[in-house]
Amino acid sequence: MKVIFKIWRQDNANTKGGFKSYEVDQLTEDMSFLEALDHLNELLVGQNEKVIAYEYDCREGICGQCGVFINGRAHGPHDHMTTCQLHMRSFKEGQTIVVEPWRAAAFPVIKDLVVDRSALDSIIEQGGYISAKTGTAPEANALLIGKAVADKAMDVAACIGCGACVATCKNASAVLFTAAKVNHLNSLPQGEQEASKRVLEMTQQMELEGFGSCTFTGACEVECPEGISIVNIAEMNARRTKAKWLS
Amino acid sequence: MLNSKIPKGPLENKWRNYQIKSQLINPANKKKLNIIVVGSGLAGAGAAATLGELGYDVKCFCYQDSARRAHSVAAQGGINAAKNYQHDGDSVWRMFYDTLKGGDFRSREANVYRLAELSAPLIDHYVQQGVPFAREYGGVLVNRSFGGVQVQRTFYARGQTGQQLLLAAYSQLYKMKRAKKVEMYPRHEMLDLVVIDGKAKGIIVRDLVSGELKRFAADAVVLATGGYSRVFRLSTLAIGCNGSALWKSHKRGAYFAAPSFTQIHPTALPQTSEAQSKLTLMSESLRNDGRIWVPKKKGDDRIANQIPEEERDYYLERLYPSFGNLAPRDIASRAAKEQIDGGYGVGRLKNAVYLGFKHAIARLGIETIKDRYGNLFAMYKKITGVDAYLEPMQISPAAHFSMGGLWVDYELMTTIPGLYAIGECNFSDHGANRLGANSLLQASIDGYFVLPNTINNYLAEELKADHPTTKHPEFDKVQKEVEQQIAKLLSIKGSKTVDYFHRELGKVMWQECAMSRNRKGLEKAIVQIKELQEAFWNEVNVTGSDKEMNTELEKALRLSDFIALGLLMCTDALQREESCGAHFREEYQTKDGEAMRIDDTFSFVSAWEYNKGHFKLHKEALEFENVKPTVRSYK
Repeated sequence: MKVIFKIWRQDNANTKGGFKSYEVDQLTEDMSFLEALDHLNELLVGQNEKVIAYEYDCREGICGQCGVFINGRAHGPHDHMTTCQLHMRSFKEGQTIVVEPWRAAAFPVIKDLVVDRSALDSIIEQGGYISAKTGTAPEANALLIGKAVADKAMDVAACIGCGACVATCKNASAVLFTAAKVNHLNSLPQGEQEASKRVLEMTQQMELEGFGSCTFTGACEVECPEGISIVNIAEMNARRTKAKWLS
Repeated sequence: MLNSKIPKGPLENKWRNYQIKSQLINPANKKKLNIIVVGSGLAGAGAAATLGELGYDVKCFCYQDSARRAHSVAAQGGINAAKNYQHDGDSVWRMFYDTLKGGDFRSREANVYRLAELSAPLIDHYVQQGVPFAREYGGVLVNRSFGGVQVQRTFYARGQTGQQLLLAAYSQLYKMKRAKKVEMYPRHEMLDLVVIDGKAKGIIVRDLVSGELKRFAADAVVLATGGYSRVFRLSTLAIGCNGSALWKSHKRGAYFAAPSFTQIHPTALPQTSEAQSKLTLMSESLRNDGRIWVPKKKGDDRIANQIPEEERDYYLERLYPSFGNLAPRDIASRAAKEQIDGGYGVGRLKNAVYLGFKHAIARLGIETIKDRYGNLFAMYKKITGVDAYLEPMQISPAAHFSMGGLWVDYELMTTIPGLYAIGECNFSDHGANRLGANSLLQASIDGYFVLPNTINNYLAEELKADHPTTKHPEFDKVQKEVEQQIAKLLSIKGSKTVDYFHRELGKVMWQECAMSRNRKGLEKAIVQIKELQEAFWNEVNVTGSDKEMNTELEKALRLSDFIALGLLMCTDALQREESCGAHFREEYQTKDGEAMRIDDTFSFVSAWEYNKGHFKLHKEALEFENVKPTVRSYK
């Protein structure tokens, strides 16, 4: 299989980047997209050129470290999938595949396809936790949590923090990411004590990091590898409004 | 002489006795002590957060862009705890015994007992942190079964248990970052250990964005760097997982225990091409309801659904009737290898066996199966394009967990004072084979509960000593060595890629040092790896410079250590002339092909000293005071 990769190359955060095209042959359909890039990098080493920097780690769709824009879509042509789960069988022979880094003011480019997503960690730092000091927990079954509540919390707790929601949003908003963590913790009885503080501080941090506002286009839920629903955004906004009234 | 520092007293009281006698440090003094934690997975994040809560000054390093990526995230099935919620006869003792037996009696009684003892409070702790474990309608926690065990003691959060536990630990880590008790250094990779006057006092790291080498000094260094099965290249591990921190520490004096004990996981997706970079794991929990089989006819080319029931061989159920599909991993993997080697393999490359859910779906209904394993089936479909609700999955054994690791005593300290190893990177609790759902457990227990209660015993003395600074000449010396290694790699400018050498190493290791080993093969492997090492240092090409983000250089540094580690693994496998757990030496098997342990000569932990590359063996005798090692039978 042969394709043409048109890839964003940028030396570092301070230089200007641009696209560069590479014709790559001898790919197979059952190669993953990242394996095709690995192959391209081996070819570049053979030509004594610098390799393309891109991110990955687990390569099974759970760590959230991979993520690039492929032909205008976050994580490529399919819904609810990470870049590492994408295979070359999703492309046509001879196709040009445009690969870009996530684009968002809060995600500055570090090199080539690698961006800095530490802004997401900073949101978590402002309350995306339950203050539970080691050694202080009561017996687990002393706290009953119905299956429906636990399942709903799990639906949002599944967020892998890849940033596709931000990258695909025309406003580069991180509201789906933030809502996932707020709703996970605030819907559980363990999270209740800090619920108001959590939603107010996390959403405030989200704004400070330079993420845009939400205009509810729904683009994020289409790309979310875990299929987290935008209903969560409405739910978080309700929690935030309530917390504001009460504070 | 290796001193395991096992406390006196009956098994049930050892941990309590230890805690009563260990030294304490008052809160005002804890502030004066610095601790470095390398790695941010369950062990590293749990330890860093808890040490921060206790009042120490903690710095936590990880090579990923965020602590939340650590590979604990990928564990699917669950975490064991002796809660006996199911009223099915479980107890701390039973869990202790299962784990010791699962490890084929090659681990310490005292460590394993402590693991079982602390398992129940760990579940309490995670629930308190907000982990959405699976629940019954009435609100209590649910359990399921896992391999090698006859009770239900596994807690889980869908097929994403590792993710949920890791995110909980990560959230506590960031809570402590906010409290300014933990400083985070993502995208920083440890490249060497600094030992001053025989004690671990700091590390040299490379900032993966700028390429700059940085020095950090501390009163103690904790390694929580995970497993090293990427030595096989194709494994279930994340691509970045590596053994460099362990290897560099080993070269500086830390003994490496049982390096060759590697778990080959029976249910990964098979390799489909040479370019493949990763073998995705399908959780062992699938074996609760799935049935493993191959066609009875050799080389049967029919598609799975066309093979009638009577022409299918459910070989695990046939060979191990009392455990069936839930036989422990080493046994299930070896059985699959036998079927594949025997010509019964399925799939395009005939390197897989089937895992089918037809009967489970008929029995429980598709909705129940979706509820239990929905995300695993979805993942299977994304990768293979196949709907496993309609046809069986194809699975194959893959390199997975490192039971081996740095030798540690009961306090989790290595043979270098002040250097600790926690989680998968140590050798402590799993012996020669780890039971499913015990990995998340051990990483968590080490990080949250054990280390924070043992490190004080060392630090109480260090309080009186001078605090190290990075101006010490030893830092200059070690940094210079790191610089030289990097300069050498960049100067070779050969004709082959790093990945080329990694593939070659992987082939040798998989062939000779994986599921089945023998003297001739291991001797040959040692020669081959030495040749490969020679070739690597003469023919590799690493482009780019060291003063920038350079993923090729990162890979080369990791691989150079993997090659050296591969040599030690083969040396270890060669030395151990018995079969135990995952270490199956073909020369030592029973008439029906089961592992033959030789307790008279090999009931010890192998701890290897680097000794300038002439590895020297030290033995820690294993004493079983409470159980009698038996022949491990799952028939």
